[in-house]
Amino acid sequence: MNLDFTIIFKYMPYLMKAAGLTIELAVLGIALGILLGLLAALLKISHTPLRFIANFYIWLIRGTPLLVQLFLIYYGLPQFGVKLSAFASSILGLGINSGGYLAEVFRGGIEAIPVGQTEASLSLGMGKFLAMRRIILPQALRIALPALGNQFIISLKDSSLCSVITMSELLQTSQRFASVTFASTEFYTTAAAFYLIMTTVISVVLRSMEWRLAVENRTRGY
Amino acid sequence: MELAYAPEKSIIDVHGLIKEFGKARVLNGIDTSVSAGEVVVLIGASGSGKSTFLRCLNGLESITSGEILISSVPVEKKSKNLLDIRRQVGMVFQQFNLFPHLTALQNIIEAPIHVLHQKKEEAVQIATDLLTKVGLSDKRDYYPSSLSGGQCQRVAIARALAMHPKIMLFDEPTSALDPELVGEVLTVMKQLAEDGMTMIVVTHEMSFAREVSDRVIFIDGGRIVEEGTPFEIFAGPQEKRTKAFLRRISN
Repeated sequence: MNLDFTIIFKYMPYLMKAAGLTIELAVLGIALGILLGLLAALLKISHTPLRFIANFYIWLIRGTPLLVQLFLIYYGLPQFGVKLSAFASSILGLGINSGGYLAEVFRGGIEAIPVGQTEASLSLGMGKFLAMRRIILPQALRIALPALGNQFIISLKDSSLCSVITMSELLQTSQRFASVTFASTEFYTTAAAFYLIMTTVISVVLRSMEWRLAVENRTRGY
Repeated sequence: MELAYAPEKSIIDVHGLIKEFGKARVLNGIDTSVSAGEVVVLIGASGSGKSTFLRCLNGLESITSGEILISSVPVEKKSKNLLDIRRQVGMVFQQFNLFPHLTALQNIIEAPIHVLHQKKEEAVQIATDLLTKVGLSDKRDYYPSSLSGGQCQRVAIARALAMHPKIMLFDEPTSALDPELVGEVLTVMKQLAEDGMTMIVVTHEMSFAREVSDRVIFIDGGRIVEEGTPFEIFAGPQEKRTKAFLRRISN
């Protein structure tokens, strides 16, 4: 076995570009996931019939593989006249998927806030939505941050599944070069290293965010 | 007996108030009224319903039957009036319930800016004055986690006052405090009473009831058992249950 990692350098610009696409997929996917997750969490804790929609969504998404969800969006939806690009399908798939998990993360955060916070808000004349937006959610999101970071890392790695619906992201690009050059180990090791670097950066950024947002570390503002 | 305290201009009127939690009847027919500027202290054993009564007054608890009028407007869970009523009725909680992610100043200006739509500079000005009034002008940029319990409670009082309420409700405001911190909160409340604020206070601080209140109401079993001036209640209680309660807490 003779490994020659120098072959990578020639392809580096393409790998960098593909890693950029991976980041793009993960960031846009998690952004959509945060919106969907927040909406589902709020519906779930509302005492309206809409909470059943949220429950159904969470049940469906968590109970089926992301790969199947991606196939259904990219190959299945066109049968109903909805034709999305591979890129849009990928964002939608990653967003819907992470949203299902984040819904429970956000619900846990919201329910961890003492009821006295809501009562104090209401007693000051705030409506329910204002209290949620200004008082409850800022505290709940801080509690949810570690789990949100976790989901971000999962989504970044899950974006590799988008390779099967023709996205030229990091894994698919590596795969293509590996089959052309027969340097499988070199390219897949490089891909793994790229993922590792990206998830490490995310972890570090999140940890510093957590620290900055931690109420315990606040003594004086401004 | 009610006639003796019939207010000239009542700001709170309560008729036949009944509150049930499931099958448990916590308030069993409360009738009373409070006039503007009056300081009323509610006393009674824990579980007697006095905190529940207070929470009914600003609609934090919905009532089972009866009627509560604040400035002649009924307090109803589903009504749009409820937000308006809550803006006029400030509340101070046993556990302070300050917003931990906001500084003392931000706690105070939050509702004036987002509920009353005050300009930020105006709200900050009012909040600064209120912090001075409660003796905490040097703590305006501190988060609640770095304030003592007594300081937190004084910020909470300032926060409620920033809405310019007509009535202030105090739900055991000193019960969660270390004994040496009780005084600073009572001093602020006393000042407020002297300024003419209408106050309803649930407390175990009998010295406060004696010195500051206009009227003491003893609640037991979800009913008003006896009410009168502090002198009448403390010096010559008429009812057996009042006597027993006062004897218990003085020991």
